[in-house]
Amino acid sequence: MPNQQHGIVAHAETEKLNHECVACPFCGLHCDDLTIATTGAGLIVTANGCDRAKAGFERNVPCASPQIGGQDAPLETAIGEAARRLKASRLPLIGGLGTDVEGMRALLAMADKAGAVVDHVLSTALYRNTGVLQTKGWFMSTLTETRNRADLLIVVGSDLSKEHPRFYERIASPADVMFESTSGQRTVVLIGCGAGAATKVTGERIGKVLDVACEPADIPVLLGALRALLKGVPHAAPPPAGVSEAMLAEIAELCRKASYGVVVWAPQALSFPGADLAVQIISDIVRDMNKTTRFAGLSLGGNDGVASAASVCSWQSGYPLRVSFASGAPEYDPYRFDIARMLAEGEGDLLVWVSTFTPDAGPPATDLPTIVIGTPGLALSRTPDVFIPVGTPGLDHGGRLVRCDGVVSLPLRGVRAGQHPRLIDVAAGIEAAL
Amino acid sequence: MLIKLKGGRVYDPANGVDGEVRDIYVRDGRIVAADQSAKVDAEYDVTGRVVMAGAIDPHTHIGGGKMTIARMMLPEDHRGDEIHRTALTRSATGFAVPSTLAAGYRYAEMGYTAGFEPAMLPANARQAHMEMGDTPMIDKGAFVMLGSDDFLLRQMAARQDFEAIKDYIAWTMHAAQAIAVKVVNPGGISAFKFNQRKLDLDESHAHYGVTPRDVLRTLSRGLKELGVTHPLHVHGCNLGVPGNVSTTLDTIRAMEGLPVHLTHIQFHSYGTEGDQKFSSGAAQVAELINQHANISIDVGQILFGQTCTASGDSMRQYGNTKSAHPKKWVVMDIECDAGCGVVPMKYKDKSFVNALQWAIGLEIFLLVDDPWRVFLTTDHPNGAPFTTYPHLIRLLMDKGFRRDMMQKIHPDAQKASILASLDREYTLYDIAIMTRAGPARSLGLADRGHLAPGAWGDITVYKDDADRERMFTTPEYVFKNGELIVRDGRIVKVVQGATHVARPDYDRNIEKSLQSYFSKYHTVSLQNFKVHDDEIIEHDKGSIVVQPTGARV
Repeated sequence: MPNQQHGIVAHAETEKLNHECVACPFCGLHCDDLTIATTGAGLIVTANGCDRAKAGFERNVPCASPQIGGQDAPLETAIGEAARRLKASRLPLIGGLGTDVEGMRALLAMADKAGAVVDHVLSTALYRNTGVLQTKGWFMSTLTETRNRADLLIVVGSDLSKEHPRFYERIASPADVMFESTSGQRTVVLIGCGAGAATKVTGERIGKVLDVACEPADIPVLLGALRALLKGVPHAAPPPAGVSEAMLAEIAELCRKASYGVVVWAPQALSFPGADLAVQIISDIVRDMNKTTRFAGLSLGGNDGVASAASVCSWQSGYPLRVSFASGAPEYDPYRFDIARMLAEGEGDLLVWVSTFTPDAGPPATDLPTIVIGTPGLALSRTPDVFIPVGTPGLDHGGRLVRCDGVVSLPLRGVRAGQHPRLIDVAAGIEAAL
Repeated sequence: MLIKLKGGRVYDPANGVDGEVRDIYVRDGRIVAADQSAKVDAEYDVTGRVVMAGAIDPHTHIGGGKMTIARMMLPEDHRGDEIHRTALTRSATGFAVPSTLAAGYRYAEMGYTAGFEPAMLPANARQAHMEMGDTPMIDKGAFVMLGSDDFLLRQMAARQDFEAIKDYIAWTMHAAQAIAVKVVNPGGISAFKFNQRKLDLDESHAHYGVTPRDVLRTLSRGLKELGVTHPLHVHGCNLGVPGNVSTTLDTIRAMEGLPVHLTHIQFHSYGTEGDQKFSSGAAQVAELINQHANISIDVGQILFGQTCTASGDSMRQYGNTKSAHPKKWVVMDIECDAGCGVVPMKYKDKSFVNALQWAIGLEIFLLVDDPWRVFLTTDHPNGAPFTTYPHLIRLLMDKGFRRDMMQKIHPDAQKASILASLDREYTLYDIAIMTRAGPARSLGLADRGHLAPGAWGDITVYKDDADRERMFTTPEYVFKNGELIVRDGRIVKVVQGATHVARPDYDRNIEKSLQSYFSKYHTVSLQNFKVHDDEIIEHDKGSIVVQPTGARV
């Protein structure tokens, strides 16, 4: 396919081309103000890239050949072998799913035909949210709304500088905002975000930063106490160690005074027992606060294409991942069709692992025969039975990604002459051969 | 390729054909004049059958973020309504918030060949088109939402030159790939973000000072002057609030002859009479509509059972969360652009309020005289899933059936409604108007919704059946662009429909102020905000049909 969109074509290796307004696929914020230079030596982020973006765009991707059993093979042969194994499999597991909307579409078509189970590498984080959505629902905001409107940000359990490095710069402290309520400084409350997180909450628009330190596992208890205080009902458990009643009262007062408070979390960061309970209480607090003022939640997941995978899977099958097509119709069970659990308990007889963005999201250790479709350099603990290197959406070819807020999606462009096939062509090839 | 449909009774109101026996010829996708000498490649004997153009749903929530939120939130909606994979079709699930694949298949199986998503947020337009791209079989299009977006409200508050406002409306239609414009709770979605909990027609927005009346008139006049065929699609103030009939009547008067389409008007026709302070305003609304030729409506009929409401109206949906069934809901503030609210709902015939809502919708259908100005909708899935249309058609066509159904509803609602006294029965010709010719004309679909030479061969053939519900549930043949896609209610060929858009002229200079606005306030660049043709054509494997627009004045 031609590496062309919006009239920009990268031809000769020596030519240097600047691409502006490039959307970054490497975290769920999908910032689209990057400038990327295409040089003979590879891509360089010349404006607005964070460390994650630089690592992603500037990574030297080795030229890789498809392989069968560790031996180079022509692409068609590898596709044929992958199809043969899928066809022979009684319960294939298609995991990873690190791709964009178009890639997910192709994988779902393949999974439907193969009678496979689909699940994403970050589903465990996603499901901290999904369980709450499916139990009580929630009241949410989006990035632009929060950027212009929030006068209070409460960040729960997440050092955002790691997984979403530009959140404070672009959303919490932008140069311009639309409304008077936020034209001054914003208050940021950090709850259990870890030591050092507060030092990264910087920017001209950041006012008071209240750093409430607690152990991650204590976050639900703290949030429960805060909710009780806000509702004016007694709470049985005292606030966790290190958190005074006075500090809770201060947070409560900030909440009451806010015109638009936003509670922010990154589900990936909430890796403690009962994390879904923390999300539940956040949702409850937001719900309570909306009786008198305006409040909303903002979840910053969406890395590795998980927002795209969950969205496409929902609109095509009705369910947000952890879906089995084995019966010939979509079947949903977030426990049964958790591929990590299935692998651990010896279910399934073939693993198809897809990771097109990051070399870190390699397949889990398993004895099952494995087909890997991924970016060259992907971390592999052993040689897969079939390996098909593919390009990265947004670098090697176009595509679309759904942002962490689940509302906005960004177009991706090819910014270099990719040497590897697109996932969608590989998946379509396999599907056609099934 | 020439196909002939021989001997059917044709109902083609756009061309004044009312049940006459005619042969229809389709050559290479389009309907052509009879040609006795030409060789017919395929002939279908449809003697005694009822032949209509493919049906068009002008208001159905089939694509976009709020539907996917609903799908994610309600796995129980899909369980037990699985669609198994076949050699032709993918697996999918229903029910009230079906997967995109299920929606496409089921519309086609019911004889529909087009459906229009009425609430596409500009910020969510890309996803809406992706979802519509994954909705096979039918043609699609979408109405882009304006009226609570900060750019327009800033323009209005600053009393900007009206031409600039028109440029912005047109720019948005291009950027979002829309065929029409919808306003939802005019200004109210934005007002809710400023903690206003209601915004009546002449109530001022706390920050911008504009009123819903201003927004309605600005957008309606703007669209008229841009030459956009479909008038402003209006989801008015106070949806679902008892007493909102007076707002609706005031809204009709406020337009002073400007064309508007009042959508799901059933939800806006409530009085406050009676013991329960809830009564029908259908007669007043219908009377005023009958007097105002600038108004068209769709009903948003409710039918009993479990469904899910999904709307851009975050303010009113938040108000409706107390009725959520099951008890869960999502409300969102979105991108300084709009909002959404997703609230599952179970309408019960033994509930006084629900039963009266049902009766109010039917009263409106039966009291508005001109079927060209009433379109058959349930506001899928808000009033009921679109799969209930055949049942609704029977309610309209069969007064005996209607009376039987009425016996089952809450007795006080029976007493509170004049429905039992309404003898009108819709004819097949009327049904063809409200499900084909009317929507096509209103939306400006030049070559859909009718069967004259030049039209695309979207044709549905029904076995005549006194049980109209059975008749309209399972058409015998459905053709899309002259290809047989459904036979006896089963898909025989999978096709990808087109996306219909309208592209009024605008002055490109509007992008200068948009560029500044986007770079100051937005989190997406102006360039990436726009949905490009390539996305629909290459990524979605679709096609774009640009429908004609009148000259700008």
